Amino acid sequence: MARKLNLRIWRGNRETGALQNVTVEANEGEVVLDVIHRVQAEQLNDLAVRWNCKAGKCGSCSMEINGKPRLACMTQVASFPEDEEITITPLRAFPVIKDLVTDVSFNYKKAMEIPAFEPPVGMKPGEPRMAQMDVERSQEFRKCIECFLCQDTCHVIRDHEENKESFAGPRFFIRIAELDMHPLDILRNRKKKAQEEHGLGMCNITKCCTEVCPEHIRITDNAIIPMKERVVDEKYDPIRWLGSKIRKREGIL
Amino acid sequence: MATGVFSSTRAKISERTLRTDKWWLQPLITFSVLVAFIIYATLRAFENGNYFAEPLISPFYSPCLSAACVQGASLLGQPFGIVKLLGMTISPALFILIFPLGFRMTCYYYRKAYYRSFWMSPPACAVAEPHSKYTGETRAPLILQNAHRYFFYIGLIFNVLLTVDAVLAFRNPEKQWGHMSVGTLVLLANATFLWLYSASCHTCRHTIGGRLRNFSKHPLRYKAWTVVSVLNHKHQNFAWVSLLGVAFADFYVRQVASGSFTNFYFF
Repeated sequence: MARKLNLRIWRGNRETGALQNVTVEANEGEVVLDVIHRVQAEQLNDLAVRWNCKAGKCGSCSMEINGKPRLACMTQVASFPEDEEITITPLRAFPVIKDLVTDVSFNYKKAMEIPAFEPPVGMKPGEPRMAQMDVERSQEFRKCIECFLCQDTCHVIRDHEENKESFAGPRFFIRIAELDMHPLDILRNRKKKAQEEHGLGMCNITKCCTEVCPEHIRITDNAIIPMKERVVDEKYDPIRWLGSKIRKREGIL
Repeated sequence: MATGVFSSTRAKISERTLRTDKWWLQPLITFSVLVAFIIYATLRAFENGNYFAEPLISPFYSPCLSAACVQGASLLGQPFGIVKLLGMTISPALFILIFPLGFRMTCYYYRKAYYRSFWMSPPACAVAEPHSKYTGETRAPLILQNAHRYFFYIGLIFNVLLTVDAVLAFRNPEKQWGHMSVGTLVLLANATFLWLYSASCHTCRHTIGGRLRNFSKHPLRYKAWTVVSVLNHKHQNFAWVSLLGVAFADFYVRQVASGSFTNFYFF
């Protein structure tokens, strides 16, 4: 059953912009991205929107719908009451380019700052064998589709532009955790770097990243807090620090 | 200069949030319950009375370590003597409450709860916070949150002591074993909730196996880690239940000690 939908879509660029009222038809089973496309086709032909797979796997159509960071392709129109006006804006943590499209290059810059996986010296491709129990923690983090909704909602950078320089954000904390928990990664200073260079200590674990993750990765509980605990092992726990000096090794391998 | 969502490069939207749901409700409830608990606990800690009615002792006053403790309440002796400040006797509760308080203050769940509801940093997801500067847990005093594991270890000692208190409550007022009252159940429930809260703690999860890289080399610790991980999913629930449980246990003992309630014995 088709229904009339009242939308408020933010239109503009870096200099100016405003919410524009649009009424559009929505069919049963449609998602917000469908109605945005209909608006684009029938009313606002120059409306800028980034999208790709329409299946919740490419992470392109991230935007804010009624103030919440969400994927437009995974947000059912039917989830809103019949009479509710739906407000659609670009991600508010990143510089806007045009309409619903933002410049997320901050994230690519941060990705490049994280040292890549470093296998044991002399290990040949195809040689490593790993038990499932050793890789399953990392596998959760590999589900990330890089939609950057977690980065968008994180108040450390959303509410404080000046922190972008020193804070990598939740998406990259799961990347660091993934590597630090990897049994074959030999780089030993990831914890120190996480705290001193990527701003792990800035996170006050208010769990918004976990709340908005479309892949339901438990970012805070399974990546950030374990990394904070690993940092405590190295930096803030004198007993463990002493133990590691005596045993001349970093943590238990 | 405008920052955050009002920064010059971001979409020009004047509202701090465009959320239409009741995002303020959760922090409001959290704030109200925590304030109510703080007021109650403070009053009780300073009351210095009605905390022991053989065989029941309030969790706020156990272990009772001061010479000001009433007779029979000091399971571990009275190493502190009577300490006075401005002519007033310091309540025995004040010697020990710093430890469970520190455990909860540095708890990863409560941090989320009070950062959101008290400090509004942020009040809710995608709702702009009111502060112009933010340094997180990188500086004093918040860098002290990293001491959570020490409060966790001390908390385990308290759990053991409160479990002993619950076991001792299987006696009657004449100290004869083999009896059980409503108070026994209250103290048992309190000890159980506290153990669940501790066992589900993120530090516990890390200590028991989370810090390992190779689970396959430590199968027993891996098994323990998976169990704690299941509990960890419910850490928030255990945090609240144990908080309310300890307040209720204290309230019950207070009512019994003051004569308002009769501690009903099943056998």
